[in-house]
Formats: sequence, C-alpha cells, structure tokens
Amino acid sequence: MSQATLNIRRISGHAGTAPGAGVEREEQVCKLVDTTTCIGCKACEVACLEWNGYSFRETVFDNSYQTMPETAWNYWNLIKFNEHERDDGTLMLLMRKDQCMHCAEPGCLAACPADGAIVQYTNGIVDFQQDHCIGCGYCVSGCPFNIPKFNQHTKKMFKCTLCSDRVTEGLEPACIKSCPTGCLHFGTKEDMKDLAETRARQLRDHYGFDKAGVYDPAGVGGTGVIYVLHDVTNPEAYGGLPSNPRIPWVVKFWKGPLKWIGNLAMLGGVIGVTMHYLRFGAKEVEPDKNGGERP
Amino acid sequence: MSVSQVVPPVPTALPRRAILRYTLGERVHHWMAGLSYIYCLVTGLAFWSPYMFWLAALVGGGAVARFWHPWLGLAFAASVFWMFKMWRRDMATTAADRAWWKSVRYYIRNEDQNLPPIGRFNYGQKLFFWGMLFGAILLLLSGIGLWFVESIPWSLRWLRYLAVAVHVGVALITIGLFIIHVYMGTAMVRGGFTSIIRGEVSPEWAKTHHRLWYEQVTRDSSGRK
Repeated sequence: MSQATLNIRRISGHAGTAPGAGVEREEQVCKLVDTTTCIGCKACEVACLEWNGYSFRETVFDNSYQTMPETAWNYWNLIKFNEHERDDGTLMLLMRKDQCMHCAEPGCLAACPADGAIVQYTNGIVDFQQDHCIGCGYCVSGCPFNIPKFNQHTKKMFKCTLCSDRVTEGLEPACIKSCPTGCLHFGTKEDMKDLAETRARQLRDHYGFDKAGVYDPAGVGGTGVIYVLHDVTNPEAYGGLPSNPRIPWVVKFWKGPLKWIGNLAMLGGVIGVTMHYLRFGAKEVEPDKNGGERP
Repeated sequence: MSVSQVVPPVPTALPRRAILRYTLGERVHHWMAGLSYIYCLVTGLAFWSPYMFWLAALVGGGAVARFWHPWLGLAFAASVFWMFKMWRRDMATTAADRAWWKSVRYYIRNEDQNLPPIGRFNYGQKLFFWGMLFGAILLLLSGIGLWFVESIPWSLRWLRYLAVAVHVGVALITIGLFIIHVYMGTAMVRGGFTSIIRGEVSPEWAKTHHRLWYEQVTRDSSGRK
C-alpha cells in the first residue's frame, strides 16, 4: 500500500482501461488495538523483536506483568499493564499495547532538523530514516506519546515502523500476525474505524461498558494506530495514554513564529550594523599632540 | 603579568611605545570562547532551519555537527567562566560608566569628543560581557537538558520543552550580541581586532577610547618612559 504511487492509472496504446485503476478505495493504513480482548500474552512484543532482528533486552520487574517501564530503542512494542479500580470497587487489569501512534500530524517530524530523517508515507506510516538521522533528540521533545528512543552506540533514533517493510510487500505488521485473540487488526483507516466503532457499540449495548469508545485523537489529526477502550473518557488509566495529545506548543512556537522572529532579527542585526557603517563609518583616533612623546 | 603595564621592549612589529591591552592569557581565553562560539553558531544555525542545514556540510555533516556541538559548547562555557574569573573586577559598573552610558548616543554617532572618559572597558563592552556570561550559563543548562533529553522523565517533560525554548531563545539573543561585538571589534573601532590578537594598542588609541585606563597605565609606569 505504500507503493500506491506506483499503481498504474493510464497505459499508452492499451485496449480498454488500465487494469486495477480505481480499485483501491483508500491508501491510509491503520492498526486497530482492541484493549478489551487483549490478554497480555506479549506475543506481539516477541513478534516485533523477531521481525526486526533484535534480541530480547533486560527486563525491569516492577510488581506487575509489564516487561519494562517504557519502550526502548530496540523494543518498540510494549504492553502496558494497569490495575484499575472501577467506581463499584471491582478491579480491572487494563492492558494496552504501546507503540508509535503514526500521527497524521507527527510532532517528531515537526521538531526534526535533519533533512529526510523522518518521513510520512502517503499511506500514513511515519518512518525514521536512520541514515539521515543526526541523533539530536528533538523528536523526543516533539512526540506527545514519549516514543522515539536514542541508541547510544549508533547515535540514531529508533521507533516502531508499523512494519513499513512488510506493508510495502502487502503483509500485515508482525505484531498483528502474532496476536492469538484477534485483538489486533490491520487494514485501511476507514475499515479499522468502522470495525472499532462496531466493537465499541457492542461493548456499550451488550457488555455494560457505557463509556466504551474509539481512541483516534483529533489533536494530532488522528492516528495510524487506534484503540478500542472500555472507557474512552479516561485514556490516562491505560498507562498514561494522553486524553488530548497535541504537538507541544513550545515546538509549534519554535518551528513557527519564532523562526520568523529569529530570522528577521538576525537579518536585521546584520543590516543594522552595515547601515551603521555606511552612515557613520569607523571611529577616528585623535592624533597625539605631543608628537609621540609620553606625557 | 599585570594588565596595567607598559610592554617591555621586546622585538615586535609595532612601535615600542605600544601599550599592552590584553595579556596572552586574556587573548587565549578570548579566542577559545570566540572560536568555540563560532562553531556552535554555525552548527546551531544548521539545526535551526532546513534552509541553513547546508552549513552542517561545512563541518562534516549533520551527525558530526551534532556530535561536536555540545562538546564545543562546553568549551565555550568553560572559557567564558574563565573570562569571568579574569575580568569580573574590570567589568563592574563604575560612576564613569553611568555618565558614559547617558551620552551613549554620541558614541553611536562617532562624536566621541562629547563623551566623558572611561576606564579599561566601556559600558557597552561590559553589557556584552555580562550578556554573554548569563547567556553561557543558560545555554549550558538548557543544552545539558537537550543533550540528555531522555534522562528527563516523562512526568517532568515540561523541562524538555523549557530546554528547547531557553536554548533557542538565548542563542538568538547571543547572536545579536555577537553581531554587534564583531562589527565593533573589526569595522567600527579600528585597532580593537589587532589588540585582541597581538595584545597591543597605540597610546593614541588608548587615550581616545579608554582615557581613564590610559592615564592609569601611564601613571603606573611613569618611571619607565
């Protein structure tokens, strides 16, 4: 689907229409995570490591099932386990697969200064190009989900690619393929939203989750990873999923108005001193009246 | 070697009656600060705007620029702090400075005959010094935040944003100071650039630009003619 730009629209000297033209409804891809059917088996964590060729890294035990506190440069996909007490006093174990959200308006990309280090494909995947990455870490400040991570040895940033290499070949991401309960789905954004809304309605109508809904935050223009949540009004309960993620205003100000202010100020400074020189020139040293003798 | 001292007669291209304005140590620290600042300026501008990213190519590409920028930044901060150690007494504001600053418009218009005399540094130079000192402190602190951004926990992420804002904002202010400093030291006040390289100025230069300092220097060495 990322090769959509190579789909043939017209063919020269061809009898009839181009085969396949106009068949694809939508280019946008999307991963759907149904947290209500996740069992926390971590098969997706393993599949991610397997496909991307990373060995299992050290884990951190924190009195929960969670493998480590947050994703790492070589651990892009992490189930976040959260014990949640409901209003009636019963306990729920919330499990959410955490990874890059592939925002339609990516904060990492907005903050990045390196030409070509972060790209957004027309299918919506936001991908880091390590050969162009300079390792500055600005994407860390730009991301509203705390996802990009730094590799100390290569001095490059890494994160989930949504298996862009697999998607290019028409395969689903590795995590999707490994999920035993079918809580992970992959398809077009339109289809995934439809499926998610159907599931949320089912949860509201038949399972007593009155606040069930779909997490597809508008603050970042929607995401390429969407969640079905039991309680969409409280995403923070799912391991700190922000209820209204946005590109930090500092990053927007820095890359927007401040750029203009700064550039004009620097240009103004150079023009200012040049104008001063043209108008007033250099200072003159008073000649010594004593003919060079010290007083 | 004391600052207020006439250069002893040593072989030099300048006339023997030249006055020592900057000791070798002062010159070395000035140029450590100056060259490291210029490196950080060039690489920083590359990170500032995609239209200036080509500047990174001049110093080995973006990744190399990113590697050295914080280290040269540390060198800059260290040399500025050393300058503080050397010059903090010279840079204190005096009554002469206040009188001079009231008439600064004459200085800007090159009508220096209307200016009251000042000591070794004028108030503009002092403002530049203190601006760069506090700039270096803020750039150092925010720069460490940017350097080790992942070490700032997610719960304190406002510090990540603050580091970006402070580093960029203060850098822009120091660039303004830098432009004025370079212009004045090279084009506007002739002899200034030579003095920070070879350390010496002519008595006429000293008398014109820093009369109180000139009088102090010549009084101190009155016996040596």
